[in-house]
Amino acid sequence: MTDQATASSKPASTFAETARKYALFVLLAVMLVGFWSAQPAFINSANLFSILQAVSVVAILGVGVSITMSAGGFDLSVGSVAASSVMAASYAMVVLQMNAFETLGLVLLMGAFIGLVNGLLIVRVGVPDLLATLSTMFLLAGLQLIPTGGRSITAGMMLPNGTTAAGAYDPAFLILGRGRLFDTVPYPVIVMAVVAILAWFLMERTRWGRVFYAIGGNETAAHLAGAPTKAYRLWAYVLSGTLASLGGLIVASRVGRGDVSAGNSLLLDAVAASLIGFAVLDKRRPHVLGTVLGAIFVGVLLNGLTMLNAPYYTQDFVKGVVLVGALALTFGLGKKKR
Amino acid sequence: MRVYGLTGNTVNPHPARWAVLSPWRGDKTKLEPASALPTSSTPKKIAVSVSGLEKSFGPTRALAGADLVVEAGEIVALMGANGAGKSTLVKILSGSISADAGTILLNGQSVSFASPGEAQAAGVATVHQATDQAGAAGLTVAENLTLNELCGTGSFFVSPRSTRKRAAEIAALIDLDLPLDRDFIDLRPAERQLIAIARAVAAKASVLILDEPTSSLSSTEAERLFSVLRRLKASGIAILYISHRTGDLAAIADRAVVLRGGKVVASFAKPIDFSAAVAAMIGRTLYAALHDGTVSSAPILASVKRARLIPGARPFDLDLRSGEVVAITGTLGSGKSRLLRALFGLETLAEGEFTLDGKPWLSNGPARSIENGVFMVAEDRWASSLLPPEIPGASIAGTIALPHLPRWFPLGLLRETRERLVASDAIGRLGIKARGPDDTLDQLSGGNQQKVVLARWQAAPCRLLLLDEPFQGVDVGARADLIAAIRNSQSGSATLIATSDTEEALEVADRILVMRDHSLYEADGSHESLAAVIGSVESIETRADGTGQTP
Repeated sequence: MTDQATASSKPASTFAETARKYALFVLLAVMLVGFWSAQPAFINSANLFSILQAVSVVAILGVGVSITMSAGGFDLSVGSVAASSVMAASYAMVVLQMNAFETLGLVLLMGAFIGLVNGLLIVRVGVPDLLATLSTMFLLAGLQLIPTGGRSITAGMMLPNGTTAAGAYDPAFLILGRGRLFDTVPYPVIVMAVVAILAWFLMERTRWGRVFYAIGGNETAAHLAGAPTKAYRLWAYVLSGTLASLGGLIVASRVGRGDVSAGNSLLLDAVAASLIGFAVLDKRRPHVLGTVLGAIFVGVLLNGLTMLNAPYYTQDFVKGVVLVGALALTFGLGKKKR
Repeated sequence: MRVYGLTGNTVNPHPARWAVLSPWRGDKTKLEPASALPTSSTPKKIAVSVSGLEKSFGPTRALAGADLVVEAGEIVALMGANGAGKSTLVKILSGSISADAGTILLNGQSVSFASPGEAQAAGVATVHQATDQAGAAGLTVAENLTLNELCGTGSFFVSPRSTRKRAAEIAALIDLDLPLDRDFIDLRPAERQLIAIARAVAAKASVLILDEPTSSLSSTEAERLFSVLRRLKASGIAILYISHRTGDLAAIADRAVVLRGGKVVASFAKPIDFSAAVAAMIGRTLYAALHDGTVSSAPILASVKRARLIPGARPFDLDLRSGEVVAITGTLGSGKSRLLRALFGLETLAEGEFTLDGKPWLSNGPARSIENGVFMVAEDRWASSLLPPEIPGASIAGTIALPHLPRWFPLGLLRETRERLVASDAIGRLGIKARGPDDTLDQLSGGNQQKVVLARWQAAPCRLLLLDEPFQGVDVGARADLIAAIRNSQSGSATLIATSDTEEALEVADRILVMRDHSLYEADGSHESLAAVIGSVESIETRADGTGQTP
């Protein structure tokens, strides 16, 4: 339902409710103003776009996580899928000498396939969501190292069989991560926006989204109402896997090589973005807008603190504080309402 | 895993603020006060005595001044229909919840338990119906037998040898012969129950409460349980035995106490007259006779032929005519829900077949049933039909629309105006008390929630509507509205209602059938006849199959 529609039929909400609903927006505005006054360079468009570019991958992965969460699941493998996609994209171009478009297609298919495997493990075999995706996470983290013998992939590298890789990164592929529309808006930001809008539309405006949420809320009720719950849960993981591989493609095209350590912190950042999103608009559920905003919120905070010379090792601590605060806002402070 | 959803405090079907709005249905019935005192003349030590016990959950008064006395060495059967207050009484006695008012005397001492642990320490042991709660999976029989000691009173150090020794002593208390090394998870329900009973005896319980102990036991297992209970009785333990199985009660109980509307309304000494007991259980004065005594001549819409719900049950036939409302009544676990679930495609028949509009009907699940106009409202609204308030589609409009989304919005794009229109119409037509179609269901009372669920299935053309306990937790006023809505929507479809409340069946139906031991029996429309058919003692043959089927 739309927020306007809800508001029209309900009595005027109390100040506390309104405050909780927009708390994260207000905090974001306060942060922007605070960092601006402390460091005027913070607010110029180049810096703002660099923040958005930095959070785009996390936001895209977070959207996948929040879709699986909506359907009552949890995808822990997104980080590994993204990392594997970096390696797969590099391997496809550097070793198999594919062009940019073949690489894109191959890697996205791989992401969808991993999602399908996750979904089948959960729906057909009956492994609990967390355990199934945890095991594929491990499996992929190891699998991505095997073709290259554990080394990063660069043009002209030595392969395990002794030959030298003949291919190189397709320059067209690098545009995805490094190019800018009209020399201002980085392409990853545009990809993030498109993904966010499509996913938001799917989850909030179509009957399929409605059923995803119904399954997450009460699977028995959704089943008794005739929803093919297993097919929906399967699709949630396929979507999540595909989005994670898209995130991996962006990382690959930005870094320009197959780095074995790429995507180390992506999983936790994506999950954190989804969970922070629970507090946005006081929805108390995973939702696409909240996830994207959660990712941006963390990105702004980290960028601002870096500009104020906060040491890099405080970053995880800051993320943790934001997550604890957001979850307390979602679950604890709202308790009295119901 | 569920990150959010139907958990604890988000879903509360009975918020307290409706307490003043909905009259409790039991208040409307005139109950004759009845003595709950034991009728046997020999003076005995009273083990537990409950007086004036009261407990309310929001608008529902589960206990309205219940009085009960159980002597040492006596087995008292506690009978009552759904919602009569049996489980509330058990929960209070076992310390799971506390009473609003009233006193409990245990061996002459006034007690009030704050936790199950306190009740156990005071000597009240409870064996619950769910046998998986009778012990801990992953631990052996020996460890489970000594669980109380492991969890509290025993010594800090535990050796396998001392555990086995102690376990063997405990098992000997009730002649329990089980391999001590077996994992609890591999035990049959009967064996799990016996472990719980052995533990209770070892804890020197003076009062033993058994909640539906035989519901999942075969006849041989039940007989074994009874012999254990007789020994406990001889040793002076007071036993409160809750069951719907009249056959079992006849075999074991010294006295039957009937609970209705949160009060004890009747007490029957041995030999127990079960027809009278069931009549007391149902008990209320009749408001309405059957709607239409004449036999419908409309064409047969759906039929059930030579059906056996479980292997070994007596086969039965059932014809539903177009425009007819048929109620099936009977005790809990008699197979009413199973028949409805089989028609809806959630379970399979052991034998027999269904037809719908003359063609064979076999559904493989809800989606196919709904496509063919076979709709079901399962029992327990919250678990079966409603969504937690946080998610989109938890509103009245969304709840009604959920099963119809693919047909209403074939292109996928939701148009909320359409959902709201249907919901507004339902709110007006069924008299749903809500501010509007966007109200979430947790804001409504039980009766209004049920109206929304009924409206969901009236929003599409229906062939066969299956309603399982549709009046559960519904107050009198809303029940009348629901009955009117069910009876008015009857053009060209048939309605089959399962209810364990005979009066509800009489109020809503054109025709009533009784389900007993997974088979249907005819009954004429009178109250006494229904009570007799429901309450007749189960024949030995129906139990002798030994299948141990869960109801």
